[in-house]
Amino acid sequence: MNYEDVEFFAPGHRACAGCAAPIIVKWVLKLAGPNTIVVNATGCLEVFSTPYPHTAWRLPWIHVAFENASATASGIDVALKAMGKREGTNIVVFGGDGGTSDIGIQSLSGMAERGHDILYVLYDNEAYMNTGIQRSSSTPFGAWTTTTQVGPVKPVGKEEFKKPIADIMAAHRIPYVATANPAFLPDFKNKVQKALSIKGPKFIHTISSCTTGWRHDPSKTIEIMRLATETGIFPLWEVENGDLEHRKITYMPKQRKPVEEYLKPQGRFRHLFSEPEKIKEIQKMVDDWWAKYEKTQ
Amino acid sequence: MPMMMLKGNESTAYAAKLARVKVVPAYPITPSTVFPEKVSELIANGEMDAEFLPVESEHSALSAAIGAAATGVRTMTATASQGLAFMHEVLYIASGMRLPIVMAIGNRALAAPVNIWADQQDTMAERDSGWIHFYAETNQEALDLTIIAFKVAENENVLLPALMGMDAFVLTHTMEPVNVPEQKDVDAFLGEKKINYPVLDPQKPATFGAFVFPEHYMEFKYSQHIAMEHAKKVIDESFDQFYMKFKRKYSKVSGFMVEDADVILVTMGSMTGTARETVRKLREKGEKVGLVKITVFRPFPREEILEITKNADIIAVVDRNISPGFAGAIFTEIAASYSNVKDKPRILDFILGLGGRDVKIENYEEIYERAKKAKSGKFEEVQWIDVDEKSVKEVEGSL
Repeated sequence: MNYEDVEFFAPGHRACAGCAAPIIVKWVLKLAGPNTIVVNATGCLEVFSTPYPHTAWRLPWIHVAFENASATASGIDVALKAMGKREGTNIVVFGGDGGTSDIGIQSLSGMAERGHDILYVLYDNEAYMNTGIQRSSSTPFGAWTTTTQVGPVKPVGKEEFKKPIADIMAAHRIPYVATANPAFLPDFKNKVQKALSIKGPKFIHTISSCTTGWRHDPSKTIEIMRLATETGIFPLWEVENGDLEHRKITYMPKQRKPVEEYLKPQGRFRHLFSEPEKIKEIQKMVDDWWAKYEKTQ
Repeated sequence: MPMMMLKGNESTAYAAKLARVKVVPAYPITPSTVFPEKVSELIANGEMDAEFLPVESEHSALSAAIGAAATGVRTMTATASQGLAFMHEVLYIASGMRLPIVMAIGNRALAAPVNIWADQQDTMAERDSGWIHFYAETNQEALDLTIIAFKVAENENVLLPALMGMDAFVLTHTMEPVNVPEQKDVDAFLGEKKINYPVLDPQKPATFGAFVFPEHYMEFKYSQHIAMEHAKKVIDESFDQFYMKFKRKYSKVSGFMVEDADVILVTMGSMTGTARETVRKLREKGEKVGLVKITVFRPFPREEILEITKNADIIAVVDRNISPGFAGAIFTEIAASYSNVKDKPRILDFILGLGGRDVKIENYEEIYERAKKAKSGKFEEVQWIDVDEKSVKEVEGSL
């Protein structure tokens, strides 16, 4: 059955204009279909989609807390098994970068290690946006956030590089890990579909622009996310059974654009343009990654 | 009904089996570890038909229990001390979602300093979490109360999670003869698990754990409070039904030689046995002393406590927990229960047996002597028993 015309994520929710999270959610659910149970970590998505007594979810949906979406989903998985109702039902988890790479990494790792048949979708907006743009381990190098403030003493913003969560999940040797970008919808859909067809734990790391945190015009969401991949900062790849050395790059930019093109339209990187060395550092990090994996394709 | 020699943790594991629990997420922690071990064994042997979920933390154990219970299956877990404290935020979510999860607790002290022995601080710290609290004196009670906990928790007028506390080692690791009920009798007592609340079902989508604004939050909390009030009656009915089926009698509070007692001791959990023995001895000497045992701590059996202690001069509460800066939790509850009663007994608190310090007959004799003295003249409201006050005051300095 094809449910691409069905909206399981109802319009009328309270996401900001230009937020990428609803685009990600609605497409994952269209591909998952009606026999799906959704688990949500605490975060923007949970808040803007369920202002009681309203809900945007036309599927069974549960939110327990911030760090335990994977554990909750694990409980659902075994409960359905115990009832003999496991076949034919998808369990999909949505978590932001805080709920995934930081506070939720323990329960996520546990879920992966135990081999639960669950699709985990990270919508990575690269900071704690729900509480007001605080840095997470997923915030990229150089980004301003409200806890990586920029000033004469700290001219760079975040001084550490982004945690490679998809690599970490692949290192669990789970059947399927991918990065995906809703600005590359056919690739995004392929990956979600593929993930749903595989038994066991699956992890998809999606990039999810936050206009208020990234500081760009709400109309530019898709454009900027597209640049993330075209500059090579957010490469699109997939890996099966943890074979990271042979990850398959699913979108090969003909000519990678300079990272400035991605950084420029975002207010969170504005200060870097008076720190050109730092932009070079970012470019080098991107080039190094591609040098390593391009040749294996 | 076969008699078996069981540790407390095994009693609760057999209770899980007899209650036909379907999902058991658990994480090991002393002194509750034997529970997941036993469940794993019962499943491996084919004696129990359930999914055991060996999660990576207590926080995840209760989170997984919530996920499982939200699908409608009977779900149980077990923990103790630090593990329960780690679950803290999730306890409130389980009760707020009105999921009838049952949890066995090996009551153990909280760090620091780290200590693995009997102490009720861990569950007292979860007094306000919206869970029903049962406490066992023996391993027989641990088994029975766990089964009864499902009956109460799943009642459609209650739908609240329930915990069943048993003291670390004294019960969890000590073998006692336990009358293990027949499966058919437990089936008849509990009945099939009914799905009498909304569940995660793709046929009937529902939203669990929504974001609630000030205009609705209070009603949710009030409904939990009302459910706790309902639980009072449902607990009584369940105790009656249990008695009819199994001939073992339970009540929220039970008295021993209280009718003409001037001094009434109040205890909860395994320390009750020693208190009862002390009362018996003192009675032989002609002392008018009695004992009240608390089996249900939440909902607090206020009316029953007032009724059973009303003729006493002194209520000597024995607390195996302390709220530093005030008193023990049971004292606090009983004192509050009496707050609007005109002629009330003098109510005293005795802190005893923290961190597994042995609870001895001589301790209770001392409590009785101190309580008797408090009948007239000056008294200290909260007193510590069998503690080296002198050394502590030297180290802390005297003001």
